[in-house]
Amino acid sequence: MRPSPRAVLIIASAAVASGLLAGCSGKSPSILHPSGPGAARMTGLWWLLFGIAAGVCVVVIGLELIALLGRRGERTKIKSGGTWFVVIAGVAVPAIILTIVYGVGLNDMKALQQPARSAVTVDVIGHQWWWEVRYPGQNVVTANEIHVPVDKVVHLRLQTDDVNHSFWVPQLMPKTDLVAGRINNTWITADRVGSYHGQCAEYCGLQHANMAFQVVAQTQNQYESWLREQADVAPGVAAAASDPLIDRGRQVIETASCGSCHTVRGTSADGTIGPDLTHVGDRTEIGAGAVENNVGNLSGWIADSQTVKPGNKMPPQPLSPEDLHAVVAFLEAGGHR
Amino acid sequence: MTTVPTRQRPDTAADSGHDRRPKLITDSNEAVRVSEERVGDRVAEHWPEGEGVRGFISTVDHKRIGRRYIITAGFFFTLAGLNAMLMRIQLMRPGQQVISPEEYNQLFTVHGTVMIFFFSTPMLFGFGNLLFPLMLGTRDMAFPRLNAFGYWIFAASGLILFGSEAAGRAPDGGWFSYVPLTGKEFSPAINLDVYCLALLFLGTSTTVGAINFIVTALKLRAPGMTLARMPVFVWALVVVSFMVLFALPPLNTANVMLLLDRQVGTHFFDPQHGGDAVLWQHLFWLFGHPDVYIIVLPALGMVSAIVPTFSRRPIAAYPLIVVATIATGIISFGVWVHHMFAVGLPPLSMAFFSAASIVVVIPAGIQFMSWLITMLRGRIVLSVPMLWVFGFIAAFVVGGVTGPMFALVSFDQQVTDSYFVVAHFHYVLFGGAVLPMLAGLYYWWPKLTGRMTSRRGGVWSFWLVFAGFNVTFFPMHIQGLLGMPRRIYTFPAWTGWAPYNLLETLGAFLLAFGFVFTGLVFLHSWRRGAPAPADPWGGETLEWATTSPPQTHNFAVIPTVHSLHPLWDQASLDSFAYGAERDDRVLADGHETLMTSELDGEPERRLEMPEDSPVPFFTTAALTALVLGLLFRIYPLAAIGLLGTAIALCYWLWPFQGPAMALEEPVPEPEDVS
Repeated sequence: MRPSPRAVLIIASAAVASGLLAGCSGKSPSILHPSGPGAARMTGLWWLLFGIAAGVCVVVIGLELIALLGRRGERTKIKSGGTWFVVIAGVAVPAIILTIVYGVGLNDMKALQQPARSAVTVDVIGHQWWWEVRYPGQNVVTANEIHVPVDKVVHLRLQTDDVNHSFWVPQLMPKTDLVAGRINNTWITADRVGSYHGQCAEYCGLQHANMAFQVVAQTQNQYESWLREQADVAPGVAAAASDPLIDRGRQVIETASCGSCHTVRGTSADGTIGPDLTHVGDRTEIGAGAVENNVGNLSGWIADSQTVKPGNKMPPQPLSPEDLHAVVAFLEAGGHR
Repeated sequence: MTTVPTRQRPDTAADSGHDRRPKLITDSNEAVRVSEERVGDRVAEHWPEGEGVRGFISTVDHKRIGRRYIITAGFFFTLAGLNAMLMRIQLMRPGQQVISPEEYNQLFTVHGTVMIFFFSTPMLFGFGNLLFPLMLGTRDMAFPRLNAFGYWIFAASGLILFGSEAAGRAPDGGWFSYVPLTGKEFSPAINLDVYCLALLFLGTSTTVGAINFIVTALKLRAPGMTLARMPVFVWALVVVSFMVLFALPPLNTANVMLLLDRQVGTHFFDPQHGGDAVLWQHLFWLFGHPDVYIIVLPALGMVSAIVPTFSRRPIAAYPLIVVATIATGIISFGVWVHHMFAVGLPPLSMAFFSAASIVVVIPAGIQFMSWLITMLRGRIVLSVPMLWVFGFIAAFVVGGVTGPMFALVSFDQQVTDSYFVVAHFHYVLFGGAVLPMLAGLYYWWPKLTGRMTSRRGGVWSFWLVFAGFNVTFFPMHIQGLLGMPRRIYTFPAWTGWAPYNLLETLGAFLLAFGFVFTGLVFLHSWRRGAPAPADPWGGETLEWATTSPPQTHNFAVIPTVHSLHPLWDQASLDSFAYGAERDDRVLADGHETLMTSELDGEPERRLEMPEDSPVPFFTTAALTALVLGLLFRIYPLAAIGLLGTAIALCYWLWPFQGPAMALEEPVPEPEDVS
């Protein structure tokens, strides 16, 4: 007995269905679980579009099945016809549906444009393959983490230092590209405290896959105290006075090549090529989402980040184990994570 | 097991106007037999088939060239598919390191570039080459040598691209190659030079192919075939050819500018020196969106050829389908900005392009409804090609309904560059082009090879490919909604994308198996398939009134066409018999065919057709030297290539005195063109 080819399709459908169920993990940065008004609007639009799409598929595939189950045979007839059906079902009905859809789409486009006013302005600068984040007038520069006050409109000015990137936090707002030679604007609002995954969505070269970031929405008080702390010099500078290991770390940072690319405020390191490391101990991830930030990962990253994120612009650092240990102790000192 | 449906007499009650003449021909098999018998070898002796190596490189026979296009494009499809398999293996589980990011980026770039440029269009051009003269009732393409030239360039440019991949230096900027990433500063190696030059080189092939299709369709139709009786597939490829002529210049311009930026140091795309990075995107998509329709429209035309045959009814609303095809061709030039909604363009401009992108849906709706009503009003013959058409309609509607979503500005900004768009365009391009190509391959295979394919094998091959396709690409919709961006070589486990990726990889293996199986079905048929009659399906268009496979001259008698479905009407069938008595339909004085008027298909004059020639091959060889010289910056080689090309073209175009100059005598009007 040979198996019916149709069985293949049935098994495949079952596989798809079980896959869908298995994949309903709550952690995905899903556009169907929005946490801000911009993304919420898109979720609403999605369900409208999905309903129409499903309806059209059912009608077309249904008509196909009716034809399939209908008359069979060989009798050829050269009588054309059915033009009215084509005019109604292929032109008139789609035109009405599409006009409505277009109206809804325009309305949503307008809703996502520049709001009347914004509470905070942040500069976001894309680099191959990390995000520089600057708070103008606040003396705060960080990387791959954008802290925002909850329920406030935050104006992001997006520019790129090298190639095109795209700023996408699926749960907060549709994408805006970072285009060479231009400054683009977007406005995000998070309506719940929490951390939202964002990722570069425009192919930007070798490590496009590892160019993630977090938007951290905090209460107004938390946000303000975070800003104050970030404006301060590196916490390791004060800790160095009482801890010789941390002090040695400070010396290594100032004497080794770190300062040619990185800034650590409070030390002589003032490079601008790589991320500002003043408060790197506060961040949850390193390498733009490549790995979690902890002592082991940070040591590994400094020693040879190429094994973690091949092709990134930081060369391996030939530090002695003691020096490496000291540098990590300095950078992680006083971290609030 | 092979099924050759018995074809019954067409119901010709509607054609009573031709009852005066005795009915000579009962069906297309009979038409072939009668016309070959009455004409004998008089025509065939002027249409020799070149043999050996010389014949191989000199042939201008549109069927051999079409077959070559199909085989070469199929080979490139296989290689690009293997690239995709490697990508799916890398993404099977989170955090894998099966292949490096460099390799992954080359894989997806080559996969996309080849599938779009080196597979889809050449494959459809292959079908076009094969079918145009057969469907139009003539003996070759209008410019047979140009046709051979187009094929050789296509093959050479594809080899250059895959050669770069074999050397580990393939383009790695994505198929749309955005600057500044692809500029000299961020991509200093040879990879992107390969992209620019291979596409410029290939563009020559596509352009000459397009010109050839247009002229063939307008000048070489069988007498009586007015434009309103031209098959939908021919219409589609003519519209597409016009689109190619308007869409390729922006792409070629962009590639020349990028090449100059990279090799000469100009700053067209460099904002630091007054250039503009967005300019590339405009130029690319001004080509890129029409190109989607350049790929899909001929495939839809193939569906419009298959549906009537197996519904036993002419296509419904033929004028609307033609208008829809032309409208798609025109509107498609006004929608490109929907690929750029996230770039930060002015809202008014986006609102306009959003509307245009919505409008372009309507012509597709017309075609869908026309197929459906043709099937609903007809009597379905569920042959293997028709099974693929059923699968195509189901897949293409899924790709179609997600299309307008990308026309809505803010929704596009949310899902573009995510796996949702990957799912969408695979449903459109695989569902809307590859499935029809397979339907077409099963449909025209007997004509191409003279062999039938196994029905059981065909049914299995359909279900394997169709299931594999859906399991591979359907979950990508959900994955995109869950926030997975495209073009990432790895992803972390916490994202919840892992089960979808695993499922897709398994689907990809099923799909690959389906293709291997499909290949075996064709191989089996080629070796041991049952011989095919001239007309195994009872088709309506002229290609079925030739032997399977057709002789070099296609038609011993140039038929006279009386309707949109000549093989279903008695008058057109009869023209195979009475035409055999007329010199102006047999044209046995030389290597000739008949030239007719553009609109009404009125006979104009005999046309001496070019014979086999190796010049196109050698011209391509010289051009290849030019391209390689520019690629490796060996300028003496480039100069030799340029000189060689100039010499070859002079020889090619030299007005040698020959019989071609002496053929101005008009052909008398036929007595009956209704």
